[in-house]
Amino acid sequence: MWYFNSPLIVFGEEALCELSRIEGKRAFIVTDANIARLGYVEMVGQQLRTAGLEYQVFAEVEPDPSLQTVRRGAELMRQYGPDWIIGLGGGSCMDAAKAMWVLYEHPEVAPEGINPVEPLKLRQKARLITIPTTSGTGAEVTWAIVLTDTQEQRKLSLGSRENMADIAIVDPVFVAALPPQITADTGMDALTHAVEGYTTAWHNDFCDGLCLMATKLIFHYLPRAVADGKDKEAREKMHNAACIAGLGFGNALAAMAHAMGHSLGAVFHMPHGRAVGLVLPYTIEFTGELMAERYADIARFVGFSVASPQEGARLLANEIRNLAKSIKQPLSLQEAGIAAQAFEAALPKLVENAESDATLVASARIPDSAELQRLYRYTFAGKPIDF
Amino acid sequence: MYKFGSEEWVKALQEAINASEAYAEAAKTWEGDFYFIVEPGGPIEKEMVMYMDLWHGKCREAAVYEDRAAKTPAFVISAPLSVWRRVIEKNLDPIQGMMTRQMKIQGDMVKIMKAVKAAKELVECTTKVPTEFPE
Repeated sequence: MWYFNSPLIVFGEEALCELSRIEGKRAFIVTDANIARLGYVEMVGQQLRTAGLEYQVFAEVEPDPSLQTVRRGAELMRQYGPDWIIGLGGGSCMDAAKAMWVLYEHPEVAPEGINPVEPLKLRQKARLITIPTTSGTGAEVTWAIVLTDTQEQRKLSLGSRENMADIAIVDPVFVAALPPQITADTGMDALTHAVEGYTTAWHNDFCDGLCLMATKLIFHYLPRAVADGKDKEAREKMHNAACIAGLGFGNALAAMAHAMGHSLGAVFHMPHGRAVGLVLPYTIEFTGELMAERYADIARFVGFSVASPQEGARLLANEIRNLAKSIKQPLSLQEAGIAAQAFEAALPKLVENAESDATLVASARIPDSAELQRLYRYTFAGKPIDF
Repeated sequence: MYKFGSEEWVKALQEAINASEAYAEAAKTWEGDFYFIVEPGGPIEKEMVMYMDLWHGKCREAAVYEDRAAKTPAFVISAPLSVWRRVIEKNLDPIQGMMTRQMKIQGDMVKIMKAVKAAKELVECTTKVPTEFPE
């Protein structure tokens, strides 16, 4: 027994116009200062005004949103009393919106206590719309929430199925001006979702096709979107691919690359997509034997020639490294600019965080502490996994 | 063979847990005791109450009680026999079981979600106990 959750997805050019047709009184937009500066809040506001809704903006979400930010936003939400909440931005803004929504409806819940087991009974006061402005996180169609506990220096993988947005608006207009570095980072995030969604221990028939298609689109269009941001086709395909990958992994769970990547992000403040994308080939090699057929499936579907399932994982890991290199992503922690001394000092914390990350549970092969330490050492040095 | 839910079964599980290096490693920071409840239904006429005190990778105490009055554990996990059987036979991931509410849990969910690997290793230990399920 399992579930497949999805919002209503409105995609393609002019998808934003869907907002002008919603019914309600007040919307609360959760976003960040940069999105506001780019004029995207105004674009959303215009549609809301057409629909006859008032709105208030909370533009204080930071990258890797903290528990404190979520509590502050929820308090403002309670004062304003919206019937629609709009998460506008990258994963941080959409995840913050999801968590604020829970606290708005249930002030008694602590953000770190949002879990997939206990019913939340949301939608008593408001519903959620997500509008991504990057092509990566897929947070518009997942119920997962990643928040950062700044005191404990760790990311918290939270969420309840009820957190799923009611409507996701996937309009490429919001990624038309995305800088190459962010395009590359977030694209690697989407690729990690697609690959992990297909190879997690919780993979399922409903997600497989989504994950394969997303992987193919990303291999094909990510280099183009990074090389030429004005390539409209590549932009739109990447925006769709990220959303499709989000649906795929969101209903099958992410795995070890996320556990290790979350830890890297919390300790070294590395952008999420860069962190998980960097770790991905290493985790493919580590889990390769147990998921050999599935890695071979992916490689074949993308168009690589795979002689036997045994070589699927290695081949896919290498092709992901080639893709990353072509879009100027680091292939090791060293290349990412982490000094050896800082790495060694942080290693116990990196391992501790990864071990307690909820996404680790769905990994096809779960490493112990010693293996995690080795995995991080190999990732630091850029050495393919051989154990 | 041990009858599932009997005093002997619980003691055998305690031994399996205390012999498991993988569990000791995965649960090295875990502190918290449990009731594992088998809900009435089918061959189970009366609720079965198993108690385990899990502490820093070891099982300090394991027992079967007549009812829930004996202890006030930090966590209570309850499910019908068929669900426990699927977990023990590794046909159902316990975390998936909780997420689909086939298994009900009372206690600090934040703590549970940080200990998913320990939960997996605990299930692994149950597979080491030759078990006869009531039919």
